Amino acid sequence: MNKLLKIFLIFFKIGSFTFGGGYAMLPIIKRELVDNLGWIKEKDIYNYYAIGQSTPGIIAVNTATMTGYSLRGVKGALAATTGFIMPSLIIITLIATFFKRFQQIDLFQHAFAAIQIAVVALIIDIVIKMWQKSDKTKVSLLIFLLAFLLLVVFNISPVFVILGSAAAGILIQYFRGNLQNAYYNYQNDNQGSDE
Amino acid sequence: MIYLTLFLEFFKVGLFALGGGLAALPFLQDLIVKYGWMTAEELLNMIAISESTPGAIGINTATFIGFNTAGIPGGIIATAGLAAPSIIIITIIAHYFRKFNQHPLVESAFSGIRPAVAGLIASAAFELARGGIFQLQNLQLNGSLLELFDYKSLFLLLIIFAAIRKFKKHPIIYISTAALIGIIFKF
Repeated sequence: MNKLLKIFLIFFKIGSFTFGGGYAMLPIIKRELVDNLGWIKEKDIYNYYAIGQSTPGIIAVNTATMTGYSLRGVKGALAATTGFIMPSLIIITLIATFFKRFQQIDLFQHAFAAIQIAVVALIIDIVIKMWQKSDKTKVSLLIFLLAFLLLVVFNISPVFVILGSAAAGILIQYFRGNLQNAYYNYQNDNQGSDE
Repeated sequence: MIYLTLFLEFFKVGLFALGGGLAALPFLQDLIVKYGWMTAEELLNMIAISESTPGAIGINTATFIGFNTAGIPGGIIATAGLAAPSIIIITIIAHYFRKFNQHPLVESAFSGIRPAVAGLIASAAFELARGGIFQLQNLQLNGSLLELFDYKSLFLLLIIFAAIRKFKKHPIIYISTAALIGIIFKF
């Protein structure tokens, strides 16, 4: 199948089953693009989500655009985003036309209450997997706990949490001497490729 | 020209809403007041529906307002307006990210960001659980630890979680099964 069409269909599926904020799309993105197709690395999804979270706009749309771009450039970005948005357009238009009293339909309320619980379970599973994939250092654990507390207890904006953790990451690598080494290698590699 | 107004207004919301759909809500409130597209009560009702249907909340609400204001084309145009800034900004960022993601500074920054994103996602799960699974208000009302949990929900959470870890099936299977269980057992 044409890759663009496939990107569109995968994100259509993701848009159809994302209940909640942008985080709710991560388990499905991981399943489709990392586990099933191997098109991107697991680490990359979390990077894209972090970027999506700290730029203006709807986080889920940002994440879809970012992921689509990494798969197939600007066309991939458009395919992923239209695919993700399409189910919303269809479902909401149908509801607005036929079910003005959607809120009062108990069936949907019961289904949604239980879906939310499934999303919580899926998210806990993703967080465990993220930890297993990480470097498992004490510093990472500290950043994880600190971010969680700042968000839950102090209601700090996620944007500041991400900016702060980026600064922390740079400082930590600097004091470990990793940054300097990596920089040296990076410059050598780039010189090599220029020649 | 209602279509142009819808597009431009939602474009502005997409451009300035930092932090996702919920951050866009105050902007939407201002919008409907400014143009008298609907009452505040109608908006609240739409947001509630947008939260409990699939898709991003901001996108769902934009489709709703656009549709209510100018029919199917209105829904499409409002949604396109909301998504357009994301597409433009992220495409530019993605272009540079692809160039610089091997750069030591970027790699170091992301080594700090990844555990923070895990914390961010965990906090989202916690907020979601706070409404359904923990009943903090019971603890505050009568100080009873026994009533801290909604046991039906907690039980379902444990079962689904065990199934996820054991069977490693597609997330859609757990979401669909949960929907059925919710309907059958009246969650």
